[in-house]
Amino acid sequence: MIRDIALGQYIPGDSLVHRMDPRVKIVLVFLFIVFLFVAQNFVSLLLLVVSVAACILLSGVPMRHYLKSVKAILFIVLFTSVLNLFYGGGETLLKIGFMEIKSGGVSNAIFIAVRIISLILLSAVLTFTTSPTSLTDAIERLMKPLKVFHIQVHEIAMMMTIALRFVPTLLEETDKIMSAQKARGADLESGGLVQRAKALLPILIPLFVSSFRRAYDLAMAMECRCYHGGEGRTKMKVLHAGKRDAVACVVVVVICAAVVVSNIVLPTVLS
Amino acid sequence: MAVIELKNLTYTYGEGTPFCKTAVDNVSLSIEQGEFIGVIGHTGSGKSTLIQTLNGLLRPTGGQVLLNGKDIWAEPKKIREVRFRVGMVFQYPEHQLFEETVLKDIAFGPGNMGLSPQEAEERARKAAAFVGLSEDFLSKSPFELSGGEKRRVAIAGVIAMDPDVLVLDEPTAGLDPMGRDVLLAQITSYHKTRGNTVLLVSHSMEDIARTADRILVMNSSHMAMFGPTKDVFARGAELEEMGLRVPQITKILACLRERGWPVGTALTMEEAVRELLPLLEKGGVKA
Amino acid sequence: MTENGFINAQDVMFAYEPEEGREPRNVLDGVTISIQRGEFVALLGHNGSGKSTMAKMFNAMLLPTEGKVFVDGMDTVDEAVLYEIRRRVGLVLQNPDNQLVASVVEEDVAFGPENLGIPPEEIRVRVDEALKAVGMYDFRLNAPYKLSGGQKQRIAIAGIIAMQPDCIVLDEPTAMLDPRGRSEVLETIHRLNEEKGITIVLITHYMDEAVQAGRVIVMDGGHVLLEGGPREVFSQVELLKKHQLDVPQATELTYRLQGMGFPMPCTLTTEECVEALAAYLPPVQAVP
Repeated sequence: MIRDIALGQYIPGDSLVHRMDPRVKIVLVFLFIVFLFVAQNFVSLLLLVVSVAACILLSGVPMRHYLKSVKAILFIVLFTSVLNLFYGGGETLLKIGFMEIKSGGVSNAIFIAVRIISLILLSAVLTFTTSPTSLTDAIERLMKPLKVFHIQVHEIAMMMTIALRFVPTLLEETDKIMSAQKARGADLESGGLVQRAKALLPILIPLFVSSFRRAYDLAMAMECRCYHGGEGRTKMKVLHAGKRDAVACVVVVVICAAVVVSNIVLPTVLS
Repeated sequence: MAVIELKNLTYTYGEGTPFCKTAVDNVSLSIEQGEFIGVIGHTGSGKSTLIQTLNGLLRPTGGQVLLNGKDIWAEPKKIREVRFRVGMVFQYPEHQLFEETVLKDIAFGPGNMGLSPQEAEERARKAAAFVGLSEDFLSKSPFELSGGEKRRVAIAGVIAMDPDVLVLDEPTAGLDPMGRDVLLAQITSYHKTRGNTVLLVSHSMEDIARTADRILVMNSSHMAMFGPTKDVFARGAELEEMGLRVPQITKILACLRERGWPVGTALTMEEAVRELLPLLEKGGVKA
Repeated sequence: MTENGFINAQDVMFAYEPEEGREPRNVLDGVTISIQRGEFVALLGHNGSGKSTMAKMFNAMLLPTEGKVFVDGMDTVDEAVLYEIRRRVGLVLQNPDNQLVASVVEEDVAFGPENLGIPPEEIRVRVDEALKAVGMYDFRLNAPYKLSGGQKQRIAIAGIIAMQPDCIVLDEPTAMLDPRGRSEVLETIHRLNEEKGITIVLITHYMDEAVQAGRVIVMDGGHVLLEGGPREVFSQVELLKKHQLDVPQATELTYRLQGMGFPMPCTLTTEECVEALAAYLPPVQAVP
């Protein structure tokens, strides 16, 4: 069912990763992802994979949630890897007709697969261990300097909070509308591209209408609860970076340094 | 002849995964052509899952659904035809409206059946009349109608497919007393005129008592009771154990019966008065 | 009820912006209502009677086109006290899904106090207290969309309580709930009324909910049609039916028997009705 998609799903817990400052988590995940692409040899890649595995273990979130998020992108991973298999130099390993698989291609394929999977897993660690509100809260604070350029940081963060809150509700609603139209004989499965796009209208229009209705209700509910923008607003959860955040920063910086060093010392395997 | 027959019907969500949950467990029953069936059970009892197997929106993980004696999944490719014969009105059906005009929206179902536009429109007009929508409504946009009117348009959209079996999930939810009475009256009169089978799912025992010939009670995935309305509501204590009620009037007479007075089971106000009158006249001092 | 109530609405008129080419129609046509501190008032009426519009007058979500609404002496048109009025009079809406802002229960409850600029430590205390008051403390870390309708509606109520209001107005809070959810919500608001002395205005068209109120106001066509204790109001069976409203079956039964010449009292609940009949029926031994 459509609502099974684990999208930005928060899994409450009390692990080390859960308790970290969300701002630090965002910055470190970002840094980590950059270095996934900096790594050019198997030693540094292995180091990063081990680190991602460590993050997953420390998060205390059951493995099945991670498997689910990897499963969702498995097709993309396979597709891009297979595509990469045929690019790249080095010695020829296999020849099928006019297509050649060279050693560089194999390395490319492995790298791209590991990079995408690690990227997804890291984002999963972030969203699983950080409630959407603290996530948006952290983004709001990280972006605060942008206020100088008249960017409405609070409003953007509030929109993200609401969007995340309503994703599951709207998915559920989509499910319901689809069932209702199928019950009226709507055919969503057959026909050409144009026909299929047309068949989506009976689902999209009600979904739009209901989103507007919800938005109207929500705006009223927010006003009833004295919402008047970011001015003079306080937060229940105050973010403060502690010792564990400092330790995490140091560890990540050391890993990144190791990646850079290995890049200099060892030859690249990518082509 | 039975229009719908369930044989050991079972439905398990997420079968084969560690999170599987059996929502309907081994239900067997048969419903005769022309019956009006009330379906009750609290949220999570399995009644919503059960009704969604009737028109093939959910495929049973065990057992069979027979429509006029034929397994609806005998030819999975033809499952859409089953949906035309078992019409399903979901909760808050007004949320499914999408067309420019009321008429076009009601004609969506018939159009999907492959009828010509003229035929589909003809059906739509008839269905609109059944739910009391007058001619001048038909050219309006469904989005400018009131909540109660929208609901009637949505119900007409299913009736227009002229199904043998009509399933309604909480059709009166959120309506005020007047809206509820009018809609129920329209549904019963449609049932009488067309002579088809109706399944009404409702939390309102008063609504069920007024309309149903038989009641199906679902409780924690199982069929707990299935019998004539009076017989089911006579088992008030058992129903209360399942977190269900009986109509207030039924309850009042049941309390009197418990205290020794010889009164029968009443489902409506008239029946209650009829039961009480002889007793009252015997002992009462008329003013 | 005099003019020194907690909420005073005086001759309130209201019309929505008319569509082009149409005459404006008064949704509220001279409504005078006074609500005392600590009361439990049920506001009844069919759809379109003006009861929901009236609810939005109580916390300055709508302003009268004519007439006045005062909350604890503050005029709702006075922008300087707008947020103070909304803090004191919380409004809970019908659809439980559409009024929760955050993806975690406790963060949603904190939304109101955060808007009020309450210090973080105090918000924490208020949120925990509010969640305990509605019996949802154990769910504080859950995602709202995984809860039942009744639970979501209790979260919405907790979100209002955390602002420490004097009064909660609930606009058909049970219309979309199943019977279990309905009784959860009703129990909660009765408890808040009795234990915390919070004034409750419950807008509903379920008669069995109105029966439990201290006072019932029936609206029709933008007017107040009837007002009084539940017994007083529900004894007007004919009048209510004429205005598209119902009475509880117990009330109707005793009313019908009255009409047949049996001197029955007006009853509101199953128990009352059974007692009234028991007192009137011949003794069990005398019946063959």
